[in-house]
Amino acid sequence: MLKTFPIGGVHPPENKITADAAIEFLPVPSSVVIPVTQHIGAPAAIMVNKGDYVRTGQKIAESKGFVSSNIHSSVSGKVNKTDLVTDTSGYKQPAVFIDVEGDEWVETIDRSNEIITEVKLSGEEIIKKCLESGIVGLGGATFPSHVKLTVPSGKKCDVLIINGVECEPYLTSDHRLMLEKGEEVLIGVTILMKALNVNKALVGIENNKTDAINHLTKLAPIFPGITVHALKVKYPQGAEKQLIKALINREVPSGRLPLDVGTVVHNVGTAYAVYEAVQKNKPLFERVVTITGKSLSKPGNYFVRIGTPVRCLIEAAGGMPEDTGKIVNGGPLMGKAINNTDVPVVKGTSGVILFPKEESQRMEISRCIRCAKCIDACALNLEPYLLMTLSERGLFERAEHERITDCMECGACSYICPAGRPLLDYIRLGKTSVMKMVRERNMK
Amino acid sequence: MSLTVLLTIICLSILALFSSIILYFIAQKFKVFEDPRIDEVQAVLPAANCGGCGFAGCRNFAEALVKAETFEGLNCPVGGATVMGSVAKLLGKEAPQVDPTVAVLLCNGTPEFRPRTSRYNGASDCRISHNLYIGETDCSYGCLGLGDCVRACTFDAIHMNSETELPVIIDDKCVSCGACVKACPRKIIELRKKAKKDRKIYVTCSNCEKGGPARRACKVACIACGKCVKVCAFDAITIENNLAYIDANKCTFCRKCVTECPTSCIIEVNFPPRKSVIEVEAGVVNDNPNV
Repeated sequence: MLKTFPIGGVHPPENKITADAAIEFLPVPSSVVIPVTQHIGAPAAIMVNKGDYVRTGQKIAESKGFVSSNIHSSVSGKVNKTDLVTDTSGYKQPAVFIDVEGDEWVETIDRSNEIITEVKLSGEEIIKKCLESGIVGLGGATFPSHVKLTVPSGKKCDVLIINGVECEPYLTSDHRLMLEKGEEVLIGVTILMKALNVNKALVGIENNKTDAINHLTKLAPIFPGITVHALKVKYPQGAEKQLIKALINREVPSGRLPLDVGTVVHNVGTAYAVYEAVQKNKPLFERVVTITGKSLSKPGNYFVRIGTPVRCLIEAAGGMPEDTGKIVNGGPLMGKAINNTDVPVVKGTSGVILFPKEESQRMEISRCIRCAKCIDACALNLEPYLLMTLSERGLFERAEHERITDCMECGACSYICPAGRPLLDYIRLGKTSVMKMVRERNMK
Repeated sequence: MSLTVLLTIICLSILALFSSIILYFIAQKFKVFEDPRIDEVQAVLPAANCGGCGFAGCRNFAEALVKAETFEGLNCPVGGATVMGSVAKLLGKEAPQVDPTVAVLLCNGTPEFRPRTSRYNGASDCRISHNLYIGETDCSYGCLGLGDCVRACTFDAIHMNSETELPVIIDDKCVSCGACVKACPRKIIELRKKAKKDRKIYVTCSNCEKGGPARRACKVACIACGKCVKVCAFDAITIENNLAYIDANKCTFCRKCVTECPTSCIIEVNFPPRKSVIEVEAGVVNDNPNV
């Protein structure tokens, strides 16, 4: 019996079209736009001015505060301007616009293909390096990694969990990374283990990626402490709390962090970025992005420089199909539709999916038929139908009591609802309202 | 048989007598004094319980009125001067003069002026759409058209116009309780001072962006060109955050700004038609504010 988390979950069609497409390098575009908020936390402060020449890998925005991250230039060229840019939500946020000239990297970056196994830096130096290199969680949440690696006094971490689950349908960026850069990923895991001072790391991979599981299992014996585990395919297994429950059978209490049960979860993409930062001195300015869709002529996985417009990705994949009805940034369940193909790829972009028109419409909303499928689907033991009603009617105090803030917004309830009710839409609204209410209460 | 009935009646009567004596003393002991004027004031209030006064309901407002030293800051927008006057008379205080207001929508982004660049397919709720993304148009300040204000209005004063995709506020029904102002996530409904014959001149735009992007998103956006400020002889117009604002207290309804505005974002409502189009085009505008 394969391991999995016990409560809830759904199994959407996998549609991993690009699972066999090797990662290619996307050509550097003629200009990039690099937003300064690509992470959770305070926006970084821009350090460059109009007309400055920057090189690939040069720091262009500095982290402000503990929960923040540095931003590096992904190309070499002249800073055209620092202005507002439309992000994936359509709202404006500050960004650095760079016109590309050649591709001159900062000298300190090791561009060779040689794999460096030996980790020379100490734990503290590794954390500093992560901060310096602007490493954030590449699974999608983009939480600054150095914060996660810093174990506060009084807490203990005894096992590291590596998330290679990639439970979202369509996306294959982590899958390809594990297959093609398996050794680098595992060295990255070793580095993370050293930073956290633990001697055990578990890599969890869903069983629909047997090639990756076999590849990493073969490599793992070289790296002491690392074991690879196959997991039953079930969404949302990639969620932190669910993965912890599945792999080490510990339950993170409501409102607490994985560190409270002695573990930390990092994504395989993050492990690879950490490897590059620590062993190759390469800051995070490039990531693997899956560009996929049923009607695309050339869907694939690409190493994309941060700041590249989504448009370039679509062009590389054979151009936008005529029947495109919706472009989603991220996975189909948690991702967000974008209204503009000029939005840049950021650190948190794991994939871009083009849905044909007939698949892009939501169901017509009808009444709740009390089937309780949403309750069965919820991995957090919540009652989505109730939370939706409470948010709809503005009963936020009751919603708080019903633990609306526990919701991780995985969307399993909306996916499963046979009445097409916008459960997550309203739960999100309730969650933000409750969080605002709690903040105001704490201020008093 | 008849004795049983009789005994039962006697026993129960004695029990009732004792209970009532005990209850009487308990009621006296725990008696809460309530100012009788609260009931009287509440009877005068409109009993709409809309919350427009800032209190939980009419009873709550009546309590506050009875307790208050002066009526400063206390006003029932629904009842207006008449109700406040009779309350003041009842309590022997003076009601301050409060100008009646009416809700206006500070957006004129119809599909014709403000093209739809995407389609929103989620839950029909402005707050959700606002939190999620910019909306169906390129304007991040304008009306989302999903009708939170319509649902918030308990006076049936707002309805959606399916052609303009914008809410329409009926002046006669609006009591300016402010429920729509609170409900709107984009804060584009303003309570403006009422004028004679419900005349209004105001800037129907809330876009704080610079002229270029604002105009690209919507043809009738305020581009903060400042022409209205220059033409206004009464200092009623100010520009802040790339947005013109007409002070209703200073405005004399001369309508010069309306003709001057290059994007037609300043509109006039409930005015009689102008004398002649040729005169207006030649720059001859009627200066008489009472026309």
